[in-house]
Amino acid sequence: MKITRKDFLRLSGLSLLAAGCKQTVRPVTQSASAARAASSEPVRWGMVIDLGKCREKDGCNACIHACNAAHNIPQIANRAHEVKWIWTEPYAAVFPSVQPGFAPQRYAETLVPLLCNHCADPPCTRVCPTQAAWKRDDGIVMMDWHRCIGCRYCIAACPYGSRSFNWEDPRPSIATINSDFPTRTKGVVEKCNFCEERLARGLKPACVDACPQRVFTFGNLADLNSAPRQLLRERFAVQRKPELGTGPSVFYLV
Amino acid sequence: MRDRLWIFAGLTVFVAALTCPAWYALANGKATSNPPNLELPANQKECVAPAGIMRATHMQLLIGWREDVVRRADRRFVAFNGKVYEKSLTHTCLGCHNKERFCDRCHAYSGVSGPYCWNCHNDPQAVALSTTRSAP
Repeated sequence: MKITRKDFLRLSGLSLLAAGCKQTVRPVTQSASAARAASSEPVRWGMVIDLGKCREKDGCNACIHACNAAHNIPQIANRAHEVKWIWTEPYAAVFPSVQPGFAPQRYAETLVPLLCNHCADPPCTRVCPTQAAWKRDDGIVMMDWHRCIGCRYCIAACPYGSRSFNWEDPRPSIATINSDFPTRTKGVVEKCNFCEERLARGLKPACVDACPQRVFTFGNLADLNSAPRQLLRERFAVQRKPELGTGPSVFYLV
Repeated sequence: MRDRLWIFAGLTVFVAALTCPAWYALANGKATSNPPNLELPANQKECVAPAGIMRATHMQLLIGWREDVVRRADRRFVAFNGKVYEKSLTHTCLGCHNKERFCDRCHAYSGVSGPYCWNCHNDPQAVALSTTRSAP
């Protein structure tokens, strides 16, 4: 088929007109979808941990036990194979850059509860080759164990040591299996999920509910009037390694 | 037509050789011509979809549920008859079905070597049994 000069000009004109129409229609549709997104309340789950109230020194590990029981976390004696979602470390190791050097010794040895920070800009999700780790719209850094291939890039990327690898079958190391939550299998990475399965049922995370001292304050950081936001407004709080720019959603009142 | 004997003898040997695994399994009791004896839930008459659809496509349904729950946090399943179920293998499927006497029996009969759901997901009835057994 041969195209005439007249047809060519006509087609060009129509194409230009169509492109122009698209440009004018796009802003209209975009503002509509933006309005739809704004109408649903933004959520960013976060946690404030009051170290003053935490009586780790008395040997209370209620938060850790509650998490272990809820999520079928194996208790493996070999530290190289250890799996942990919430655990403790001495203050000096948790906040190495917040050490005045003259603080009383007991301060440096105070145990601090640690868990996944559910970062605003998580490095672990960027490196995952299968998108088994990703950030949900509500701020939870989630894991899909069905997709995890066990490459452990995320473990290398996480600056907080929040991720554990299953070097062995975890089932023999679980005292009592909670059938409501799956166990993991050999060869996958796991970490704290901010009790995503409990949030879906309207409950708070297991550690928050288990703490006898109410050390943990959990809530929506995007809501100005939420309990954690109120605490952060009134008191001085620190994050772990804020200089890395990951934007942790877990804050510590010291 | 003088080769008729040889042709039919050869065919018989060929068919026998081809089907010998089936005869072997039948003779050993590893296979049976009887359909599996599946135990249906006593407390429920209806599944989340009609039986024919479940038989043919339960694997796609389960994978869809898995993607919805884990990746989209969508746990609500509206069934064909308008009933609402939780998208959960442990709560919804095993809430009625018995894994050993339903899932496993049919998978064994049809020679499905997987699935590997149970490497991580728990059978609540088996877990309850094992805890009562291990208790002093």
